[in-house]
Amino acid sequence: MNEASPGAAFISVLRRDLMLAYRHRAQILNPLLFFVIVVSLFPLGLDPEPELLHTIAPGVIWVAALLAAMLSLDNMFRSDFDDGSLEQLLLTPHPLPLLVLAKIVAHWLTSGLPLLVLAPVLGMLLNLGNESLFSLLATLALGTPVLSLIGSIGVALTVGLRGGGVLLSLLILPLFIPVLIFAANAVGNAGAGLDITGQLAFLGSLLALASALAPLATAAALRISLN
Amino acid sequence: MGYLQLYVSGPFDALKPAGMNHSMDDSSRIEGVGLAISRNDRYIFTDLNFSLEAGQILQVEGHNGSGKTTMLRILCGLTLPSEGEVQWRGENIRKNLAEYCAQLAYVGHAPGIKGELTPLENLDFAKTMDRPRKDADAEKVLERLQLPAFCDDVPCHNLSAGQRRRVALGRLLMLDARLWVLDEPFTALDPGGRKLVEELLSEHAQAGGMAVLTTHHVVNLEGCSVRQLQLGT
Repeated sequence: MNEASPGAAFISVLRRDLMLAYRHRAQILNPLLFFVIVVSLFPLGLDPEPELLHTIAPGVIWVAALLAAMLSLDNMFRSDFDDGSLEQLLLTPHPLPLLVLAKIVAHWLTSGLPLLVLAPVLGMLLNLGNESLFSLLATLALGTPVLSLIGSIGVALTVGLRGGGVLLSLLILPLFIPVLIFAANAVGNAGAGLDITGQLAFLGSLLALASALAPLATAAALRISLN
Repeated sequence: MGYLQLYVSGPFDALKPAGMNHSMDDSSRIEGVGLAISRNDRYIFTDLNFSLEAGQILQVEGHNGSGKTTMLRILCGLTLPSEGEVQWRGENIRKNLAEYCAQLAYVGHAPGIKGELTPLENLDFAKTMDRPRKDADAEKVLERLQLPAFCDDVPCHNLSAGQRRRVALGRLLMLDARLWVLDEPFTALDPGGRKLVEELLSEHAQAGGMAVLTTHHVVNLEGCSVRQLQLGT
């Protein structure tokens, strides 16, 4: 019998990772709770003036989303590394970048997508208007996959290290900064009635670039980490 | 600096593979050529040469830290040797790693199975990721591995270490792999389990397959050509 096609292998890895996430629901909830708690603490810690909240909302929500993504990133390859599944993934005849992309998609579906669902509620809590809410969703839809894609490179490089978490933050956070700047700026501008096409185009191009290159870099990093 | 001793026991050429079930011809041959690996500026072994042909089994022996696991990982293409190369059918495995991987089944120290999934789910996943056997059926494989029927639907993290090892070895029976690379396959297995693994190895060799394994256990493989490779300092 011939081996399964790469497409079937992609679906297989995606389905397995989603099933694992479902059976480990607490692990998904942890970053989401963190996201909700951080954002909802700001009105308590600051002066709860609607104008002030409206001004800080884009930055607060995006910083919290970024930190929540950091929290969930470490799980992307950790358990596969510990139980030997990662070795097995490297020894399949399929292209490793494709299998890595399946894992990144699964990670985004379980960590990035729920942020999109929660963000409008938190936006309303921080007095964001309809225009801003729409732009918040658009930036999160374009930006959170970039976080998963770029994050996967850092996780792959540090998966074999003890205490790799600190190193991961140092490696990855600087690469997240452009996403943070353009996304928060877009939401702020939308609230002021300005055009945000440029920021969205930049985030879209970052997503295209990361989608094309990050799986290749991650696959190479995994081979180095397991060497 | 390490040295290598290669000696042979068993009927070297006596075996004719019976009932080939592999789709490939009989020219399969794996060779290690001048392999060396260093860690922390120290060579674990140097100038390691061996070759293995269809129907043969290579048992790698050596004391703890002599590089047995490293050697197996080099053989799989997971670890790059400091010097030398591994050749599959006369060609460096790095030239066509995907084709080589399709011929390979590896069971390492870590079982490579997910604790949250049941044995059936684990084996079905393995089947979709590689070249499966024509008659690959996870339930039959688990039956062959003498895993109690109730275990089929229990998450693997609830199984004993020996049962998990059996599930990991189940991958060998699901895949149409010419070369088995097994790191301490007898670990955590009871005497019945060890005998079963020996049977599987014998069948595999007699069907024209080849296997490389590390073990401190004395393997008893009837009618098989078993070669020993001694690593040590």
